[in-house]
Amino acid sequence: MRVWLIFKILLHPIRWVQERIDTWVLARVKRQPGPIGVPRNRVYIVPTRFGYFFAFMALIMLLGSMNYSNSMGFVLTFLLASLGLVCMHHTHGNLVNVQLRAGKTQPVFAGEIAHFEILVDNPAASERYSFALSWPKATQPPVTADVPPQGSAAMRIATPAERRGWLRSRVFSLSTDFPLGLFHAWTWADLDMVCLVYPRPAAAGRQPPPVAGAIGQRPSNASGQDEFAGLRNYHRGDSMKSVHWKSLPKSPSMPMVKQFTELLDQELWLDWNSIPELDTEGRLSQLTRWVLDAEGQRHAYGLRLPGLVIPPNRGEIHQHECLRALALFQY
Amino acid sequence: MKSASAADYLHQTSLLRLLAVLALVLSAHVPTLPSWEVILLGAGLGWRALASLRQWPLPRPWLRSVIVLLVFAGVFASYGRINGQQPGTALLVAMAVMKVLEMRSRRDVMVTVFLMYFILLTHFLHSQEMWTAIYLLVCAVTITALLVDVNHPGQALPLRRSVEIGGRMVALSVPLALVFFVLFPRIPGPLWGLPVDAGGGGASRSGMSSEMAPGDISEMILSERTAFRVSFLDTVPPPRQRYWRGPVLDQFDGRAWKGSAMSQGIRKPEARLESSAISYQVIMEPHRGPWLFALDLPDPGLLPPKTFIASEYQMMRGGNVNETLLYKLRSHTRYVLQAELPPMVRRVNLGLPKGFNPQAAELARQLREQHGEPEAIVQAVLQKFRKEKFVYTLRPPRLGRDSVDDFLFRTQRGFCEHYSSSFTYLMRAAGIPARVVTGYQGGEQNLLGDYYTVRDADAHAWSEVWYEGRGWVRIDPTSAVAPNRIERGISEALGADEGLPDFLDRSGGASLRIRLQAQWDWLDSQWNRWVLGYGPELQQEFLQRFGIRDWSGMILALTVIATTLLSVIGLLLLRQFAPARNEDLAVRLWHRAQRRLLKAGIAQRPTEGVRDFAERVSLEHPEFASTVQRAADAYLKLRYLEGESPALQAELTQAVKAIRA
Repeated sequence: MRVWLIFKILLHPIRWVQERIDTWVLARVKRQPGPIGVPRNRVYIVPTRFGYFFAFMALIMLLGSMNYSNSMGFVLTFLLASLGLVCMHHTHGNLVNVQLRAGKTQPVFAGEIAHFEILVDNPAASERYSFALSWPKATQPPVTADVPPQGSAAMRIATPAERRGWLRSRVFSLSTDFPLGLFHAWTWADLDMVCLVYPRPAAAGRQPPPVAGAIGQRPSNASGQDEFAGLRNYHRGDSMKSVHWKSLPKSPSMPMVKQFTELLDQELWLDWNSIPELDTEGRLSQLTRWVLDAEGQRHAYGLRLPGLVIPPNRGEIHQHECLRALALFQY
Repeated sequence: MKSASAADYLHQTSLLRLLAVLALVLSAHVPTLPSWEVILLGAGLGWRALASLRQWPLPRPWLRSVIVLLVFAGVFASYGRINGQQPGTALLVAMAVMKVLEMRSRRDVMVTVFLMYFILLTHFLHSQEMWTAIYLLVCAVTITALLVDVNHPGQALPLRRSVEIGGRMVALSVPLALVFFVLFPRIPGPLWGLPVDAGGGGASRSGMSSEMAPGDISEMILSERTAFRVSFLDTVPPPRQRYWRGPVLDQFDGRAWKGSAMSQGIRKPEARLESSAISYQVIMEPHRGPWLFALDLPDPGLLPPKTFIASEYQMMRGGNVNETLLYKLRSHTRYVLQAELPPMVRRVNLGLPKGFNPQAAELARQLREQHGEPEAIVQAVLQKFRKEKFVYTLRPPRLGRDSVDDFLFRTQRGFCEHYSSSFTYLMRAAGIPARVVTGYQGGEQNLLGDYYTVRDADAHAWSEVWYEGRGWVRIDPTSAVAPNRIERGISEALGADEGLPDFLDRSGGASLRIRLQAQWDWLDSQWNRWVLGYGPELQQEFLQRFGIRDWSGMILALTVIATTLLSVIGLLLLRQFAPARNEDLAVRLWHRAQRRLLKAGIAQRPTEGVRDFAERVSLEHPEFASTVQRAADAYLKLRYLEGESPALQAELTQAVKAIRA
């Protein structure tokens, strides 16, 4: 390990120094709830590869102009050199005084990609172009956006959600090469954002075992079809399919929802103890799959976990409640 | 070649804009490139545009290699080599177009842009006229706009917007570039030597050459090119004294006069310069020859750098004059040059080819017998030119093998080269050392500026004969035939039917044109004087007025001024990107209150109204309860309930001040 480090210092001294600096800086970025302002002293700027090449080219042109004593050559060379310097201020200015806010995040399942939404505000009266948002040392291309004057842009930065639970966002960089691509200006920020990661659903196929007081105990109607049982008030999370559209014009502010006897009667209990052969994560995955299946089939379902019981119900809110319990389950 | 990733993909609009800018940059090279290459470049650009519009596949690598090889072969066929300035430029522009043929990504655009800058630079090796400055700015703005476009991922920016950003950046850079131009220490070039064809235009030179055959100078008369401009510092010599000495030709081969090997020697001949010197400043246009032109004999103590006096008192430069030169001289019109003639010089200046011009030789023998004294012989020949029907004309008849005989005894129509050539021939045949001197005679005063323009049209040839004790004396045989040529200039000396070029026509109706021409010439002279002639000498002279004497002073001034200017630009840009001021005072004051609370770690949530926020603060942070509540009340009153009133504004200001973290 030590030998490897010495090799690294010898072979890539600049890269090594840069890594050290990055580590040092990243460790000092404060995690903040936002909004995070980007003052001048938080904007870092270095020339890009093209910037160095541009400077080298200007030097060659200067030598050429000297050799030929060519006045217009000097004019061009000096104009390019000045353009480079002016570009540096433009790139720097493009990033100064933006504001970063945390946007919404949508829960995802483990194994999927989580998206953190970051709102970039531009309080200035002129438009800012070509912002790129990325994690440090990211390999995938960054997300890019322009921010209109006194407006804001929502940029979504992706990261794989590998494990269930709360996924905390990391330090990210907001950068820009605009306008000429000769300089790279960036700032580090650590917005306090979390994304809920549900357990990875198990493969479909396995049926939930019948539990006392659940399906099959009570004789159902002959047809086996849902029977209309009446209307109730709409709650957030009710499926669009169950809305009683006919009554909507009468009371637009208070939609009614159809209720069906079968679904109310047949309560499905998804129980931690019904699958003892699996380990903790396996059980959580299986329960997640069953929650999704039950919701898909519009059954009412309840969840029993050690130390937690969620009574049977259905709808998006109920589903979220169940999945959240599974995501955050601590054994 | 790596395949371009999606974010790196170049938008079609950007690509078409790139092709347009490249065409603009290449257009200036069209006159100097071989025609097959111009067609190839046009075809390449057009094909690439169509390929982008019609989604054609780009050429395979082997096909591109074949094209590159063909281009190399073509350049070699056209120029006979592939190194040097001209073939180098031809290859460079071809490479830029080849790069476009394989271009997909933004990375490739950056490379093309750098090639474009170099192509722009090579153009200035051919031409540095005034219009090139405007061309340079236009190219700089469009290339910058292109870079702006390329660095905007996804959709291309609207054309107006990218040109606006590019134009603004170039406008901010121009003052800085001027500071660099004036203050960056110039060193005398060249650093590593120039290629053989430096200065462009191939082998073709303009202006004087080291050889004079009949017809050479009358051809120069047709050229409008400015040879140099002179401003006299105190006395202005009369036109008949304004002989600008150039190449001295002392060897005759029966047809043409040349400079002998001896005339190129760097040993300054012995000369006695007499008082009453004339001081003047010359701005010399590049003419690709080694000569510098001076009025008669310049003071050898005050020569410009890298200049020497050659063995026939010609002022010469170490290398060719490939750039505009500015120099100051002090010349003597009264002098004794080589009172003692070394035997070697005498032999060269008496040499004549054998078997040519027997009639002229016979005439010389007769004159010598009749008159004896050299002065008398000279006068007799001049008298002959004056008395007989000699005509001064731009269109002399062709001369045969014995050109001097033909001219003196048959055609008797000729231009200055005929007169000086035959005169010098007669002198040598009569045993008087004589030689031909070429250069310029006269010069026209500019109507606006206090200077004289000497054009190629003022080219002239005359003779110098050597008298015992008096040294070399100038004799101008043309003045015997056409005194007006010397007194009033070329346009007065020739008739209207001579087919004079338009710019020399001084007849009625041309006065407006003459005026415009003078104005243009004045502008051009200023350009040459201050921009093209701004080399180490002028820089030193100019900066001395500001007390900057050496390099360290220049670098210090450059650093200070450039840094200041750059800071100003930086501040301007920071202001542009500063938060816009809200028009409403109440909102501004409330923002201030928010900032004060943020220091204590209390932030108003985006979804939270002012009233809710104040209530939450009162609950969570009782120490701020009263002050925040007061500020919120005042803010709400001012903004929603009562409208603007000075009393309320004062109240809000007070309330905000009272919030202390």
